[in-house]
Amino acid sequence: MAGGKEIRTKIASIKNTQKITSAMQLVAAAKMRKAQDRMSATRPYADKMRQVIGHLHHAHPEYKHSFMKEREVKRIGYIIVSSDRGLCGGLNNNLFRMLAKEIKAHREKGIEVEFCTIGKKALGFFRRFGGNVRAQITQLGDQPHIENLFGTVKVMLDAYESGDIDRIYVVYNQFVNTMSQAPMVEQLVPITSEGESELKHHWDYIYEPDSKDVLDNLLSRYLESLVYQSVVENGACEQSARMVAMKSATDNAGELINELQLVYNKARQAAITQEISEIVAGAAAV
Amino acid sequence: MAMTVHVDIVSAEGEIFSGLAEMVYAHGVMGELGIAPRHTPLITRLKPGEVRIDQGSGEMRHFYVSGGILEIQPHVITILADTAIRARDLDEAAAEEAKRRAEEALSGQHADFEYAKAQAELAEAIAQLRAIERLRKAKNN
Repeated sequence: MAGGKEIRTKIASIKNTQKITSAMQLVAAAKMRKAQDRMSATRPYADKMRQVIGHLHHAHPEYKHSFMKEREVKRIGYIIVSSDRGLCGGLNNNLFRMLAKEIKAHREKGIEVEFCTIGKKALGFFRRFGGNVRAQITQLGDQPHIENLFGTVKVMLDAYESGDIDRIYVVYNQFVNTMSQAPMVEQLVPITSEGESELKHHWDYIYEPDSKDVLDNLLSRYLESLVYQSVVENGACEQSARMVAMKSATDNAGELINELQLVYNKARQAAITQEISEIVAGAAAV
Repeated sequence: MAMTVHVDIVSAEGEIFSGLAEMVYAHGVMGELGIAPRHTPLITRLKPGEVRIDQGSGEMRHFYVSGGILEIQPHVITILADTAIRARDLDEAAAEEAKRRAEEALSGQHADFEYAKAQAELAEAIAQLRAIERLRKAKNN
């Protein structure tokens, strides 16, 4: 029987792969839901901070923290958020490709770039890509904690304050919906103050110890929370991208199995027909 | 019914508490604060410690915050809580650690290169073995 056994083993091995991919799909779906919850849980903190910072900004226009001052851009820092694990479709690669294009444009204008990577994939990519990686962190896990990010973010903010870097961007995947994620480059510092040109009513807080101290404290926490938010969002993207990728892998495996099954059945039938015709021919000869 | 004020305790990782209170007690950097409804707007840093929320009728909720910022408006009290102890030296150490990791990873390029080299050598060796085996079979036939 021509290749019957080979086809059967092939089908068995594809079935095994299919089992793995469908299990991964289910796991990713469950994790995605949790990641989405986490994503929405981080919003109130940052929103509240933005309000308070906005207020402080208006109440004390004379005091400007260096995080709020625009300056000429000679060197840009990118905080790149990526996943630790692969098998999530083109999620990371789309992000890196977009960023690489942007960096190329910057370099042509004579602007230098530096990196800070979060996640294994970004580290691997930007090590090959060239450029200075100032700080990195990997293995944040499915439940990232903000305290693990403090150091990494601080390295970049320190570089900004000392004037080594004139602008910092966060690069991550934005969660549009389960099926699609959009690579995003967002400016972190200098903080772009948005809208609300005038204070509507005149009142101010009592500050303890003083406004400068509070504002400084708020700003660094705010920036950390923004980076944390993008890490969490990227995590949700990773899970949903993996879910979709694994779903299509499972579907493809199913198709492949069907095709092989057809080939196998044909081969089996042909073998039986041949055997019968041989027997008949043999009987006729006798 | 006694006057109440809305209290939100949020951390970067999620909401911790949201509800009404008759009185809130917290440790500010300048001293202990007891905040009643319609307190004048105030903003302060918090020391690591307990935040107590009196919900009236003798019900008291306790929360631990490891620092953060307390914002008071007449009808809303917001605590932006830290989830971890913050101190300048600790942050400094974390930053150093992050830098060191990056340097290590970058110098790891060398190790990766050697790995690739070893892999190439291994592939070559396997190819040689295969060739020898094939020759042997050909001889036997």
